[in-house]
Amino acid sequence: MSDPPATASLHRLPLHDRHVALGARMAPFAGWEMPLQYESVLDEHHAVRDGAGMFDVSHMGRVTLDGPAAAAALRGVTTFDVTTIAPGEAHYSLFCNAEGGIDDDVFVYRIENARWLVVVNAANAEAGSARLRTAYPAARDVTTATVMLAVQGPRAIELLSGVLGDSLAEVAPRHCLAFAWRGVEVLLARTGYTGEDGMECILPAEAGGALWDALVGAGVRPAGLAARDTLRLEAALPLHGHDIDAATSPYEAGLGFAVSLDDTAPFTGRAALEAAHATPPARRLACIRILERAVPRAEMEVLDASGTAVTALTSGTFSPTLRAGIGMAYLPAPLASPGTPLHVRVRDRLVPAEVVRRPFYRRPRARATEA
Amino acid sequence: MDVPDQLLYTDSDEWVRIEGGASGDAGDEVVIGITDYAQDQLGDIVFVELPPVGRALTAGVAFGVVESIKAVSDLNAPVTGEVLEVNESLADAPEQVNADPYGAGWFLRVRLGVPLDRSALLTAEAYRAFRLDGGS
Repeated sequence: MSDPPATASLHRLPLHDRHVALGARMAPFAGWEMPLQYESVLDEHHAVRDGAGMFDVSHMGRVTLDGPAAAAALRGVTTFDVTTIAPGEAHYSLFCNAEGGIDDDVFVYRIENARWLVVVNAANAEAGSARLRTAYPAARDVTTATVMLAVQGPRAIELLSGVLGDSLAEVAPRHCLAFAWRGVEVLLARTGYTGEDGMECILPAEAGGALWDALVGAGVRPAGLAARDTLRLEAALPLHGHDIDAATSPYEAGLGFAVSLDDTAPFTGRAALEAAHATPPARRLACIRILERAVPRAEMEVLDASGTAVTALTSGTFSPTLRAGIGMAYLPAPLASPGTPLHVRVRDRLVPAEVVRRPFYRRPRARATEA
Repeated sequence: MDVPDQLLYTDSDEWVRIEGGASGDAGDEVVIGITDYAQDQLGDIVFVELPPVGRALTAGVAFGVVESIKAVSDLNAPVTGEVLEVNESLADAPEQVNADPYGAGWFLRVRLGVPLDRSALLTAEAYRAFRLDGGS
């Protein structure tokens, strides 16, 4: 028995029926009907930290740019100097506006010398796609023609290698390749949004189900958007529309590494970013840990030690790994150092908190073998 | 959906257990919590905010909060009385509410200040029908 059709304005994922069959709680997000959780957010979160979880992120915008002129065209609309990305590499970048604010954060993949893929947030997919096609008319939006699965966790590479039939361990972090599997091309990138090792896989929509089924069969746990949020916040990764937006500067957000000013090529927002780069930012996006048990949430008020309100949280959640409340906020520079005592107003209570170093969670390094 | 027969319920998914075979008169003790349906709807519970011992509860008035990753839900007092005991173990292990909502996941022990108003509470059968019916 199939479900009723989606409401007129919501897109459905190609793998929608599988999520529903697995008991996913579906919810609207960025114009798509998305799996929020399957059985337990905490279980899905821990599966990614301890084993391997899988997110259907097909809702994100995907645009390909092929041809020798693509590199320069792309450089002109994004902050990172993509011409320095070697074939087989990928890099985080930003779409800024003329004022130097962040219209979106994106990932740029150089699959081959003249073959590029840009992945943008679902909420900004239409604008991002238009931006790229304006800069490079031959760009193709492949969002609805493809499925994107993020397989994340310490066992992700192992389980994905088992399914794809080849060892992927040699693919270095932030590297990408096109891989042939069952007659289709799968773009693989050792990237993610969880703070764990793993790969993002992009393949034709009609083959997405086969890959999903094979990975679930191999023991990869389906995970939804709720776990995706707790994971990325533990890793202190910003969420556009919350921690970064058109009014925030990359330098305030600690994203200066995504802005290249060494070359001379023009790009959208360059002048404003050069000016912003010249002055230390007056406020900085800081990681805040709650010191009593309480759940901080976006928009809750942040106060300094003397009880003066200074800002509001941009993000907040209960960290399953740390078993503590965590959040982020733009603090005036003098308050943004680790150890600064603060309070967060959780409903009618002032709860003690402090600035901590980012990230909240860092995956443990593999132990060196004993000599 | 587990709905033990011997308990009483509210349409906001709290349960009441009258202790010691008493009948629910003023001075009798009750234990309260949230139902299996409620814990399932909330998902993994990460925080429970409960009043301290000695706090007065008024039937129908919010007395605390239960939170999951994505949701915050008010707890509504099913009875009028005084808090005698609080389940302190929920501070470190709120997941007990999911695992055992009628047992280890109990919230408060309360001394009734007035006799139980049974007209304002649901029997197990009525609550089952209410929830299975998709009542809201």
